[in-house]
This record gives sequence, C-alpha cells and structure tokens, in this order.
Amino acid sequence: MADFEIKDLRVSVEGREILKGVTLSVNKGEVHAVMGPNGSGKSTLSHTLMGHPNYKVISGQVLFKGKDILTLQPEARAKLGMFLALQYPVVVPGITMSNFLRTAINAKRGYDGKDKSKAINVKEFRAMLKDEMSVLRMDDSFLSRYVNEGFSGGEKKRAEILQMAVLKPEIAILDETDSGLDIDSIKFVSDAVNRMRGPELGVLIITHYTRVLKFIKPDYVHVLVNGEFVRSGGPELADWLEAKGYSEWVKEPAKAPAALEAN
Amino acid sequence: MATVIPRIDVGDNYKEKYGFFDPEKFVFKAKRGLNPEVVKEISWMKNEPEWMTKFRLRALQTWDKKEMPTWGADLSTIDFQNIYYYLKSTEKQGKTWEDVPADIKNTFDRLGVPQAERKFLAGVAAQYESEVVYHSLHKELEAKGVIFTDTDSALRDYPDLFKQYFGTIIPPGDNKMAALNSAVWSGGSFIYVPKGVKVEIPLQAYFRINAENMGQFERTLIICDEDSFVHYIEGCTAPIYTTDSLHSAVVEIIVKRGARCRYTTVQNWSTNVYNLVTKRAVAYGDATMEWVDGNLGSQITMKYPSIYLMEPGAKGDVLSVAFAGKGQHQDAGGKAVHVAPNTSSNIVSKSISKNGGRTSYRGLVKVYPGAKNSKSFVRCDALLLDDQSRSDTYPTTEVDEPQVRIGHEATVSKVSDEQLFYLQSRGITKAEAETMIVNGFIEPFTKELPIEYAVELNRLIQLEMIGSVG
Repeated sequence: MADFEIKDLRVSVEGREILKGVTLSVNKGEVHAVMGPNGSGKSTLSHTLMGHPNYKVISGQVLFKGKDILTLQPEARAKLGMFLALQYPVVVPGITMSNFLRTAINAKRGYDGKDKSKAINVKEFRAMLKDEMSVLRMDDSFLSRYVNEGFSGGEKKRAEILQMAVLKPEIAILDETDSGLDIDSIKFVSDAVNRMRGPELGVLIITHYTRVLKFIKPDYVHVLVNGEFVRSGGPELADWLEAKGYSEWVKEPAKAPAALEAN
Repeated sequence: MATVIPRIDVGDNYKEKYGFFDPEKFVFKAKRGLNPEVVKEISWMKNEPEWMTKFRLRALQTWDKKEMPTWGADLSTIDFQNIYYYLKSTEKQGKTWEDVPADIKNTFDRLGVPQAERKFLAGVAAQYESEVVYHSLHKELEAKGVIFTDTDSALRDYPDLFKQYFGTIIPPGDNKMAALNSAVWSGGSFIYVPKGVKVEIPLQAYFRINAENMGQFERTLIICDEDSFVHYIEGCTAPIYTTDSLHSAVVEIIVKRGARCRYTTVQNWSTNVYNLVTKRAVAYGDATMEWVDGNLGSQITMKYPSIYLMEPGAKGDVLSVAFAGKGQHQDAGGKAVHVAPNTSSNIVSKSISKNGGRTSYRGLVKVYPGAKNSKSFVRCDALLLDDQSRSDTYPTTEVDEPQVRIGHEATVSKVSDEQLFYLQSRGITKAEAETMIVNGFIEPFTKELPIEYAVELNRLIQLEMIGSVG
C-alpha cells in the first residue's frame, strides 16, 4: 500500500460533479505532476484533498497514515502531515507573517497554550527561518508584513513555499505554484522545493503548463481531463505534452504562452 | 510589533479571573433610588463644600427635566429607582499597599494590579466600588508638580484648581446621563500636569464594579497645561451579575497650547451593564488629543469620545474598537468639532459583531464657518462573523466652511471561508483562526496599546470568540 492513496474519488461543487473517479498513489520520496487543461478539475482535487468545505465528496477514499482523511477538518489533515500551497494565497490583514508562521508551527507541534516545552522558542524559530528565507531570497522585513497583504505574485508563492519548508509536511500539494511567477521566482521556488525533496516527502505538483517541471523534475506525470486521469507515465509524458499540448483531448496548449513567460 | 495570540484556559477560568466577586462589605450603603435626599446624603458623607452640594442638587433637577435619549440604543429598561447611587467600602483611602484591607487586596491581587504597578506604572488609582481605596504616585512625579489623585480628594485638596475646571467641558445640562453623573458622581481620576512637564510613563486606573445593582458614576478631570504630555489608561473588567447595572461616567479633558494628551480605555463590562459615558476634550493651539477606546462586554454601550478643536493647529484622533456578542449593542463612535482654522481630526472605528450582536458607528464631524483648511477623515470598518449579526453606520457631517478637506470611508466585511480554510490548512483550528482574523482586524488599534494591554485585549477577544463557539 502506498503512503498516500486516492481511491476512486468523486467530488461535486455546487451540485455539479467535477471529479469523476480519480485514483492515484503517492509514496514519500516521489514527485508526481498532475497536469491538465483549464476546467479539468485540478483545483478541485487540491482543495478536496485539503478539506475545503465548498467541495463535496460524493464517494471514494483518501488514505494517509491508515486513516481515511476525507472526514477530517483541514487542521487535522495539516497535523497529520499534509500541506497545500495555494494557487491564490489569501490575505489576512493585521496578522504578521512571523506571527502566522509561529502559530502554524506551534499548532503542528501540538502546543495548546499549556505545555510551553512544545512551543518553538524564538532562537529556534529565527534559525529555521533564516536558512529557508535565504534560499527563497526573502529578506527579514518580510516577517513583519501582514500575511499576503500587498505581496506581489512572486512573493505570495515564495511565502507558500516558506510555510511548507517550516511545517515540514510528508505530503505536499503544490497548486499552480508556477502561475504568475517570473522566471527568477520560479527558480527560487523550485530550488527551495528541490532542497526539501527526499525520502520523507511526497509531492503532488498541480500545473497547467510544463514550465515548472523543467525545474522540479517529476518522477510521474498524470494527465487530468474532465475530472478523470486520461494518461499516466514518467517524466517523458511532460515532454510529450510540451510538444502536443492537450490537443488530443481539448484545444489548448500545455506550453506557457509567450506573454506569460515574459512577465 | 508581532501580535502574539496568547492561549489560556477558558470556561471556569474566565469566571475565576474576571467574574469573581468578594462578599460585599460596606461601611455605608445608601438606599436605592434617586431623590434630593440621596444626593444630599452623598454630599454629606463626602464632607463636600456647599457649592458642590448645590451643584449636585441643580444637576438632579436638570436630570429630572431631561428626556432619555431615544436616537441610539434602547435604554427603556433602565430603572433609575432600583439603583444604589453611592457605596463606600472602606472608611478612608489607603495611602500605601499595606493600608488596603485584605479582602480588597485579594481582589486586586487577582486582577494583577500591584504587579502591574511594580513593573512600570507611575501611579495607581484603582476604584473599588464608589471610592478610590488605593492610590500612589511616584515621588518623582510629585516633585514635578504632577497631581494624580481621585476626584474626591482633588475637590478637598486642590479646591481652586478643581473649581476652575470642573463641569466646564461637560456641564450637567449637556445630556441626561451627564446630569445624572453630576448629581451622584463619586471617584474617578483627577490629573493635573504642569506646564512643560512630560509624564513619560502611563498613569493608570484599574477599576471594577463589584456590587449588585450598583451604579458607577465616576468623574474624571484631566488638565494638561501648556506643552505638557500625559498618557492616562483605564482598564476595566467586571464581575458577572444577574441584575442590571449602570455605569455612567463623565470624562472632561483640557489640553492647552502645545500639549498632548492620550486617554486609553479598554473595558470589558459584564454583559448586563449599561455603559453610558460622556467623554469630551478641548484642544487649544497646536495641542493634540487622542482617544483610544476599546469596548467589549456590557449590554449596551453608548459612547462617543469628542474633541473640540478650539484654536489653530489643534489636532484630534479617535481610535475605537467595539465588540458585540449575543444580546449586546455597542453604539459607539466619535465627534470632532472644528472651531478654528488649520485644525485636523482623524476618527477610525472598528467594530466586530458576532452571534447576533449589534454594533453601530455614530459620529459627528462639524466645521464652523471660518475654520479654514480644516481636515477631517473618518474611517469605519465593520467585521461580521455571521449572518445574524448586524452593523450600522450613522455618520453626520456638518460643514459650514467651504475651504476644508473632509473624507469618509466605510467598509463592512465578513470572515471569509477562504481565510478560514487558509489558516486551517496550516493546522490552526477554526476557532483559533477566527480569533486570529478578529485580532488582525483590530491590529491598528492594538498596536497603539501598551504591550500588557494589547495582550489583555487579545486574550479578551479570544475569550469572547471561543466562549460563543458551539
């Protein structure tokens, strides 16, 4: 049995069935890319896996650490070791990144305000951040800014990866982490993710375009169309998509348009 | 400043920390109800000069004639004849901590007053029931001529200074509740800061009401002489009672040329208290007045800190936060009255409604003819935590001078599913996430508070939030 198993998952949003039976096994140490055109159900998959209340599970299972996580609240999934880097990270006014990160780390450690030994101390916290932030090319001023407020597209995505780095998940879902990024940001973000790769981490990269896969090499590639996987393969499938696009299924390119590359 | 969300036990801990009360122990207990005899008795008990007795009696007549305000929150259930107007819990004031009676000390210990004092406070005047029982002022300040005492003592010890200013900013005829306070006032703080003296550490009064059916009518008077500075802080927690309680204070502040005064309040009355307060300051040339006002608890609060900008260069800020939970109505805001040219005001109001609670912003910006180049900006932000809760805005702008800059912005927002999901996906529980969002929302307010108060406020918000979940 794989470390993380999605079994025949069917999901609806506002009464419309979006995922129509998705099955996927991810082991720690592996990087899987889920690719698909617009409207194929990629974001539905990522949000459902993390437990967003607007996505209704019709049937199926997601097994992680011997549990079907689909009944768990998002925070319980996070505590089990899951992480979702959002495509559109949310602004939380008045809460500094530093406060947010520390609260999240403490939550993960099971600190409930009583046993202070479970809370991260300032020194440890600073040390942890310093390292990761230098890889992501983020300076200290970032920590006193409010969560995602006034962040550029690149800053938001780097902030997501920073959260991933400090929360040390075992299964990470990166939802369109490359979208809206300039080429430098893609590189910094990819470097940070590659640094985390290893036997303790399974990654699910959800992306429309093949661009990010040049930096984070997947072990497996799956093509999601219309709520179902239509093809799975090794990294060569990404190259194939790069050339052919999703034209076999829909009229849309897999390669990022020039305008996006340049921005 | 990083706002750390403190975590504490809830439930019975709340009651222990904020809801306890000691057995009532009174030297004197007035009868319930309001009439000239009660007013005379209060004045007699306090051994006041005749002018004050007469002032009180005239105020009572004014109170009789005035109608209850009907334009704001519903005050129809207040029974003025079922309230004690004066209680004196110890015979005389303690001058040092050792003089304070043990049971009262016990109360303060639980509130953390002496500790707070040891840490950083310049002086403490804590009001226990109607009389100030403990008061101290560091010698350094005394040497500079700063007066920080309770208002009753000020009447006795500084009669001329007192009479010169008392009732000049808020006369008894101002409104019905001001008239009531003028008739039965007791306690409160009196501060005088001489010319050029800057009081660098905040002066604090930590008080609470602790008797059932007892009105709290404290009267505060602050005079900042030219080029002086003072920051006065009052914080309240109140015990939980089953019958209605009335708190009606009057706060008068005079900020003379070039002086600056900041008045910070964070109060958390128990949810049966009617909190009807009149607060007003006058600011003269190049003076600055700042109201920082946080309102939690109470059944009904009506409070609109005001600033009269009397001379050129005067500046006024009102920063307020209101939190209304189930059955609560926070009707709060601010007033800025521009009398002179080149004056400026800034009113920022933040309100949170939860579990059917109601918040209202009520404000006035008035610019008199000739107050050229006046600037005023009003911003009110409301956060609704559910569909049952309510928020209204009642801004009034009266501008009789064309050459001014007036701005008003209002927003109403809800805690979004996306925000909650985002925080939850990082391992934070829904209740904690809501608390975080609320604390973030009021962060512009919290960051103006001394750290102890910021922590206390965040803690109170957390209690309000978690207490009403599920």
